[in-house]
Amino acid sequence: MEATFLVKEKFKIILVGVITGLTNGLFGAGGGTIVVPAMERILKVEEHESHATAIAVILPLSMMSTFIYVRHQILDWKSLLYIAVGGMAGGILGAKLLSRISPQWLHKIFGIFMIVASIRMIMG
Amino acid sequence: MILFVIGLLSGLISGMGIGGGTVLIPALTIFVGMSQHSAQSINLIYFIPTAIAALVIHIRNKRIRKELLWFLIGGGVVGSVIGSFVAISLDAVLLRKLFGVFLFYMGIAEIRKNKRKIKENRE
Repeated sequence: MEATFLVKEKFKIILVGVITGLTNGLFGAGGGTIVVPAMERILKVEEHESHATAIAVILPLSMMSTFIYVRHQILDWKSLLYIAVGGMAGGILGAKLLSRISPQWLHKIFGIFMIVASIRMIMG
Repeated sequence: MILFVIGLLSGLISGMGIGGGTVLIPALTIFVGMSQHSAQSINLIYFIPTAIAALVIHIRNKRIRKELLWFLIGGGVVGSVIGSFVAISLDAVLLRKLFGVFLFYMGIAEIRKNKRKIKENRE
């Protein structure tokens, strides 16, 4: 793809950004589940590239949302510390494994987990 | 310990570009009994160091499409501000149920995507 876009394309990309931000802000998550498929299907970006680009997009958005959330409530810093230490290790491991793991299996496993969890959250 | 394990698994997934929060938030509300707002705040903050760690490797592997980045971030900032203010004004139980509905659709999308890709690979 060329580095310059038509106005219509620019509008489309910005709109994808707005929807990604809305979702990420409202649910504190899920920006990637919007922006990754949108990049793949609408903008025809290759899967691994769209995953990597998604992280670069959501990072500043999450910083923004964090600021708004934390200003409005008390945070459990101790729990956050344990989760963050685990998360750092997992993040490095995940990025290294990205090239080696079959995407089909990833989507299947996480799809099933998400459906089971969602039913518990709606019913609970 | 359970918090560390939940963090590790979510980090692994978000490093792969699949939303780690779709695992972290349900895990924190279901297994740890956290409120929806707390779980969402933790996910947002937790994502920052995790994303930085993953980004370092992605930048090195030149996987980021820079020409798309500024448009996506520009639109995203506007959406983020609106979405965050709506979230903090909502009741925790309602927000959890809304999150559940979102998660359900995302789960279906993940599985459908998987089926379509297998089909594409066979053809």
